[in-house]
Amino acid sequence: MPFKSKASNTSTASAPLWLKILAYGGLVFLHFPIAVILLNAFLSSDGTLSANASWLSHFTLHWFSVAFAREDVISAILLSLKVASMATLLAILMGVMAAAALYKRNFFGKEAITAMLILPIALPGIITGIALLSAMSMLEISPSIWSIVVSHATFCVVMIYNNVIARFRRMPHNLVEASMDLGADGFTTFRYIVLPQLATALLAGALLAFALSFDELIVTIFTAGHEITLPIWLLNQLTRPRDAPITNVVAMMVMLITALPIIAAYYLTRGTETLEGSGK
Amino acid sequence: MMQSVVSSLSTTNTSNKTLRWLANTLYRKDNLFLLLLLTPPLLWFGVVYLGSLFALLWQSFYTFDSFSMLVTPDLTLENYRSLFDATNFDIILRTLDMAVSVTIATALIGFPIAYYMTRYGSPAEKGFFYVAVILPMWASYIVKAYAWTVILSQQGVLYWCIHHLGLMSALNYILQIPNIGGNTLATSNIGRVIVFTYIWLPFMILPIQAALERVPSNLLQASADLGAKPAQTFRKILFPLVFPGVVAGSIFTFSLTLGDYIIPQLVGPSGLFIGTMVYTMQGSVGNIPLAAAFTVVPIILVSIYLAMAKRAGAFDAL
Repeated sequence: MPFKSKASNTSTASAPLWLKILAYGGLVFLHFPIAVILLNAFLSSDGTLSANASWLSHFTLHWFSVAFAREDVISAILLSLKVASMATLLAILMGVMAAAALYKRNFFGKEAITAMLILPIALPGIITGIALLSAMSMLEISPSIWSIVVSHATFCVVMIYNNVIARFRRMPHNLVEASMDLGADGFTTFRYIVLPQLATALLAGALLAFALSFDELIVTIFTAGHEITLPIWLLNQLTRPRDAPITNVVAMMVMLITALPIIAAYYLTRGTETLEGSGK
Repeated sequence: MMQSVVSSLSTTNTSNKTLRWLANTLYRKDNLFLLLLLTPPLLWFGVVYLGSLFALLWQSFYTFDSFSMLVTPDLTLENYRSLFDATNFDIILRTLDMAVSVTIATALIGFPIAYYMTRYGSPAEKGFFYVAVILPMWASYIVKAYAWTVILSQQGVLYWCIHHLGLMSALNYILQIPNIGGNTLATSNIGRVIVFTYIWLPFMILPIQAALERVPSNLLQASADLGAKPAQTFRKILFPLVFPGVVAGSIFTFSLTLGDYIIPQLVGPSGLFIGTMVYTMQGSVGNIPLAAAFTVVPIILVSIYLAMAKRAGAFDAL
């Protein structure tokens, strides 16, 4: 819970220098590879630094145009966007239903249901992947874009569920009762009282689910069959060192496409409740 | 109490009449509403997900004929017994070793970051640190792994720095240490630990930070007032209170490392991991029963770890 107003928890004395160095050094460690990716995307040579020539001549936008002209790049991006959107929509439906059912009432098996929703992200992804794959081959379903969507929606539900149930719990129920006392019926109350209060939590959850699905690799490898999502395309690229400049450009774009929803989700839920970003 | 109000409402808008009637009926009949809400998620998770998991577990008792390369549904415990064969057991130990090393490394690097941001950071600095930790956490997994293959390669920036700092002989000395060394950084266990540590580090920082945030500051003041030195206060008061947070973070680093099969293929020496073994067995070999038996290993190890974590109070720190 990062921003509960506990200013008193912060020490008034300034930090010892060694601690400051360790903390900021840790941040540098966390961002160094990302900086390498960003830098490499604009490098003109084969993606590595060489000592000759003036340093400015190393930078170019050339590889962006090359990457966007490649059909395999475009189709991988489109497939990943399609999968992430559909998985997010399914996860919203399921997550809101589960949250609405579970937030208020206690009944037998409630804990078990919550645990079941968390299981897909608690278990190592390889187990979810191979389980779905072997179930599909048992039922003789061949992998397709739909099997990817189903597998992604399975672990995205918990993102929506966590965000929405947290908002439901904080939402005073007497607002609903007041609305109905004033003559609104169930539908009007849901439309004008409940939904507006859920909106930001729902959007934040959806953004997280989208980002999670967009760059999922571990489960996707099993459920994708011959389909090539963007992360799978990137994995395949690692065996093609001569293609490195294009890989660098695409890697940077993937980074941006996942980073933007995360920042947006952070600002949407900031100062409300627990940290929503934990537990990928 | 509001039934009367609701039912006495005369609905003028006829187009939405059925929808409204439905919404009102559902509001009144709580149990029916609950059932309707729960059915789709329960069907999805109970049938599709749990069904697949149990089907997988069931197949771990099937027989794989290594001559015909075929799976027959004759039930056997042979797959589980073969987990204890020397080669297979080595895979399990190797993975476990890595999971423990990575957990320790993330705790050592993560703690100072979490400690600094909660205890010394100004509100703005806290926000900055928080975003700076969650951004790399959510950045694409494969892109981060790829970045490290670029950094660790012999033409990469790390070798370039080490070379220009004149530390090549030191690096070569470290790489010669058996078990953790290798020919190059990219094919050594050091390299693999670095990459794993990097990728799971935010999952360690966030729970520690949450646990630190919950420590009441008057406890620390009381300790100082009673004459404890800062180091004593840290050791006797703060650390025991924050330890459940460290354990909570270690749940993530431990289980995520245990199930990974991409990084072991990209960085480090050639020996198989549990994940890569499962992947090879189900893919090129087609020995689903042994692959299924191998997936049970991380489930059991994580369950044991969770039970230990629960005793350490980690679940209250999540």
